[in-house]
Amino acid sequence: MSDVALMLRQVRYTNKAFWRNPASAFFTFAFPLMFLVIFTSLLGKGTVPIGGVLIKQSSYYVAAMATFSVITASYTNIAMSVTYQRDSGILKRVRGTPLPGWAYLVGRVIHALLVAVLLVALTAAFGAVFYGADLPTGALLAKFVLVVVAGGASFAALGLATTAIVPNADAGPAVVNAIILPLLFLSGIFIPLGDNSPAWIRTVGTIFPVKHFADAMRAGFYGRPFRFEWHDVLILLLWGLGGLVAAARFFSWEPRK
Amino acid sequence: MSEVVIEVVGLRKSYGDVEAVRGIDLRVRRGEVFALLGPNGAGKTTTVEILEGYRERTAGEVRVLGHDPARRDRALRERVGIVLQSTGIDPYLTVRETVELYARYFPHPRDVDEVIDLVGLTDKRDARVIRLSGGQQRRLDVAIALAGDPELLFLDEPTTGFDPGARRNAWEIVRNLASLGKTVFLTTHYMDEAENLANRVAVIARGEIVAEGPPGLLGGRHLAETLIRFRVRSGASGPPAVPGAVVRSNGLVEVRTETPTSTLHELTGWAMAGGFELDGLEVTRPTLEDVYLELTGGEAGAE
Repeated sequence: MSDVALMLRQVRYTNKAFWRNPASAFFTFAFPLMFLVIFTSLLGKGTVPIGGVLIKQSSYYVAAMATFSVITASYTNIAMSVTYQRDSGILKRVRGTPLPGWAYLVGRVIHALLVAVLLVALTAAFGAVFYGADLPTGALLAKFVLVVVAGGASFAALGLATTAIVPNADAGPAVVNAIILPLLFLSGIFIPLGDNSPAWIRTVGTIFPVKHFADAMRAGFYGRPFRFEWHDVLILLLWGLGGLVAAARFFSWEPRK
Repeated sequence: MSEVVIEVVGLRKSYGDVEAVRGIDLRVRRGEVFALLGPNGAGKTTTVEILEGYRERTAGEVRVLGHDPARRDRALRERVGIVLQSTGIDPYLTVRETVELYARYFPHPRDVDEVIDLVGLTDKRDARVIRLSGGQQRRLDVAIALAGDPELLFLDEPTTGFDPGARRNAWEIVRNLASLGKTVFLTTHYMDEAENLANRVAVIARGEIVAEGPPGLLGGRHLAETLIRFRVRSGASGPPAVPGAVVRSNGLVEVRTETPTSTLHELTGWAMAGGFELDGLEVTRPTLEDVYLELTGGEAGAE
């Protein structure tokens, strides 16, 4: 079997195991939808000015929660599940077989991407049915899918890099949430960042990849009046590349002592 | 003599200031079941993980099936099966799926059902890993290591934490492996495990090999000596007239001898001539356990 075939086989087995933990699978999918309902109910009545245009908050949240879905499914999920596999010794066992390490990890990343795509589709469909969000079509859809894949891959690479600073599986949720939750707030995922939000928050947002990803997702999802900026995708991919380099350098296949 | 499968010369491994392995030599030939026996912390796992390619050595030469394991050649990993001291398995796959998953990583895998049968998990074939007992998971570990039909198997403390029944089962599996012509390198801190399974044993203590040989001959001269012990009541005419006799406190006499028949003859002749009894007369040969305790400085059984 070629290495690529082995890697795809790895995706299949990962998927099999994923669905056999129904509680985990259910909440992976329910989480972003739950947030979508909560935020839209709490804050979805008004409008928010972005680039001088007033945007319905409910529309804003459908794209924001689609962004959140991708980050949850790739970054959070990869960082936590790979740490767990490292600490339980699964990675060490795989390392002793002829399977190339990259085939194992890429297999997991591709599975995470598939979950992310499914989650985005679910969130978008939910938004269309309950909040009257418009779904992207044609060229816009192609752009949107591209952003989803670029974001999923970049955040998965950052997730792999994050395992290097998580000392053990018990600390996984604490470390991962401490990194991602503030960024989600500072990047306008949970509470819209309008033109009148504090300057320092918008500055912080432009440094990290979450805001660029969210902006690209929103522009890809709605088209006008949002402007699709290629530099958002570029910065996102640079972060992903950085994550990949860090992971290649610091990734550990064995529990950290 | 058959082909050398593992060759280790002057192997050293330091962790910071601590030298865990201090210059050991090993040679394992094809078809052997070789046991590295020693107390915890003696350097067993460090040694086996260097052979498996998980650790880099500080100094020395290591060859496994002609490869340097530190280079982690795929060609080597295709020929080796590894049972680590403790490793996880995806809890949501079944026994059969798990063995199948690992088997395909190898170019010439064994038949999956045959491997499952070999480790006695046929009844649990379709059970998820999460439902297996500890002993069953350990058998699955062995099945995974066998799935690629390796020439050489590493078993790092395969029965630690097992109850006696599970240990017997595990031993039976290792004997099966030997009968398949596999070379087996196992580490253990159980004397009886090495004695029961291995053709050859090396005893490691504090990072050094302190004895090596077939289990029956381990310790060489120590085992050849017989210990004769008795007490003499007052009235005996002086110390016994045999070489090597040592008088301890309370009149306890110990004689170590390589010729127990003639020594005993002289002793009993001496007692009868003097008209007294050799109280509590004992003739014992040291067990492998005694030899082991002596070699490892009494650290045996340290759990």
